[in-house]
Amino acid sequence: MYRYDEFDERFVRERVAQFADQVARRLDGSLSEDEFKPLRLKNGVYLQLHAYMLRIAVPYGTLNARQLRQLALIGERYDRGYGHFTTRTNLQFNWPKLRDIPAILGLLADVEMHCIQTSGNCIRNVTADHFAGVARDEIEDPRPTAELIRQWSSGHPEFSYLPRKFKIAVTGAQEDRAVTRAHDIGLRLRRHPDTQETCYEVSVGGGLGRTPMIGKVVRDYLPKKDLLAYLEAILRVYNLEGRRDNKYKARVKILVHEIGAEEFARRVEAEFARLDGPSINADPEEVARIAAYFAPPAYETLPAVSNTLEAARAANPAFARWVEVNTTAHKVPGYTAVTISLKPAGQAPGDATSAQMRTVADLAERYSLDELRVTHAQNLVLPHVRLRDLPAIWRTLGEAGLAEANIGLVTDIISCPGLDYCALATARSIPIAQAIQQRFADAQRQREIGPLGIKISGCINACGHHHVGHIGILGLEKRGIESYQITLGGDAGENAAIGEILGPGLAAEEVPAAIERIVAVYLAERLEAESFIDAVRRLGLAPFKAAFQEVPRAAA
Amino acid sequence: MPLLDRNGAREDGWTRSEGAAVGNIPAVIVPWDSLADALAQQGDGRNIGVLIPNSLAISALAPFLPRLALVAIGFPAYSDGRGFSLARQLRRAGFAGELRASGPLIPDQFAYALACGFDTIELPQANAERQPLEQWLRARDSYSLTYQRGYGTPDRNILDRRRAARAAAAPGPR
Repeated sequence: MYRYDEFDERFVRERVAQFADQVARRLDGSLSEDEFKPLRLKNGVYLQLHAYMLRIAVPYGTLNARQLRQLALIGERYDRGYGHFTTRTNLQFNWPKLRDIPAILGLLADVEMHCIQTSGNCIRNVTADHFAGVARDEIEDPRPTAELIRQWSSGHPEFSYLPRKFKIAVTGAQEDRAVTRAHDIGLRLRRHPDTQETCYEVSVGGGLGRTPMIGKVVRDYLPKKDLLAYLEAILRVYNLEGRRDNKYKARVKILVHEIGAEEFARRVEAEFARLDGPSINADPEEVARIAAYFAPPAYETLPAVSNTLEAARAANPAFARWVEVNTTAHKVPGYTAVTISLKPAGQAPGDATSAQMRTVADLAERYSLDELRVTHAQNLVLPHVRLRDLPAIWRTLGEAGLAEANIGLVTDIISCPGLDYCALATARSIPIAQAIQQRFADAQRQREIGPLGIKISGCINACGHHHVGHIGILGLEKRGIESYQITLGGDAGENAAIGEILGPGLAAEEVPAAIERIVAVYLAERLEAESFIDAVRRLGLAPFKAAFQEVPRAAA
Repeated sequence: MPLLDRNGAREDGWTRSEGAAVGNIPAVIVPWDSLADALAQQGDGRNIGVLIPNSLAISALAPFLPRLALVAIGFPAYSDGRGFSLARQLRRAGFAGELRASGPLIPDQFAYALACGFDTIELPQANAERQPLEQWLRARDSYSLTYQRGYGTPDRNILDRRRAARAAAAPGPR
């Protein structure tokens, strides 16, 4: 994991002091509310429906035990004893008081954390593959790139007043677990076929929200050394030419769409050609300095199969099911990556209590080389677990209510906070997720259905990523009543796709039955070992639309 | 209107003209629309500057730069950051005269404006009264060091400082 040096430490401390000064200037009237708003947003402070909300950056989803314990402490001392992990791998507290925020920022700085640029019209917290450094399909670890971008984007003098927010994601694997194509910039590490050098494939203009777009590739092979200059060129073109007349048309995806990806790429390349790369880019020693923090940890030499694990699996079907569903193959023999589900039936997706955070922190310290990850699917990962430790981990997780075996299954729902918390929401999200989880609570049935991603957003801003859900659910408000639009066929992975609307909106209580009907079509029509999304691609929307029309309606 | 530079308040030696008329004024800022006319009647020893909208492309201004002593970029709102990029492009194009940010900026943008190449900030009277000079100077110094290379002096850049530390630690030639 990256560790702050004296400069990083000083920067974060100065940000805390700066925020305290900004609050003081707001309170004495020097700053108007209008002027203060972007300043507080750039430090993660939102004014929500019931209270202030504080969004804490978890850069590229990486945490250690000490950091998670500090989040648990903050949750206990300044919130209601829990926090909410988001689809951008951040942590939100929903009930802090404005007067406590400087103290919270100080506690975060103590453990090398901050809230810098978790909101506002600036470059946001960068995200990456949650199995970085671990996954077998990885070409190169994306975290050094993500950390370099974290530093480069922090307090950028030129790009802090952009037309709109700007999100960057990085992956170094074949499977795109970072949803890079739904980001303003997606970076994919890949080898050049001729030189075998690792380069970046750069896509621009992806995004969800009310106008969902899949990012377009503007550079197939960008040499790694040119990264920061190339990012500067993209951001400058966007800052100068992105629309500022309409907030809903201000993301870079609209500019790319309006002038075309080729013209956008041409303007970026023209700007890039005028830049003096060596005066902008990080020198190779700096890149190496950062990369050294992400060198593989000291793994033990272990057999590929653990007898302890195999015996426990044979003896306990519930444990065996959890191992099958919640673990991912690791690069190193004898190790595995465990995904801890924050989606137990009936709870708000992504919520964790302070006690649960401490349990997970203890497990990370004891069994995962003091490392943790947050996933964009709002779960946690123990990335370096010895196979033989799985039974002990599972028992501890079970006692904490964290042993749900549903990763990637129908109840592993991504959901925004919705109308229960959010000032922008037009409908509730969490109760819909809970109702679907209850409907499909039977573990055996979930496994039989197999991988199926349901994603729920409580308004068109699409924080719940519904556009790229295999089944997407969008909560709207029609004449004072919540109405849920169902989409089908979205995909967040390397075959990124936007889902299509199945039919008229549904009442909240009709949603579980509609999901049931869609799943029934899949189960009836699927080929041997064919996943839900593959079946949807093969069959098209027609059979699902037909079934959808038969959903019983409460009121016509 | 009140004027600031990196050291604090500053007297404005420039006069604003509403049109192309430059008369015998020693240093006059004309609107972009009137620039060509103003330059045509420029007298010896007279300085001309221009106020440009932040939507202007650098390519449109470039031919005039050698004859301009000042470029003021309009900031219609503090939240509109186009001027920061335009300033960078102007400096890259070799403009060495005074670069001025004109509009309702806030103190928290002072350091950014200086880093992007601005020399001065020209504020509306009401903003300057609400946000006194000492707030601007304090905000200017919020960060002792920054991460972005090429935006100011290397001794205030974190990457350059790390590089210098590495060089100092490495065994040098004897």
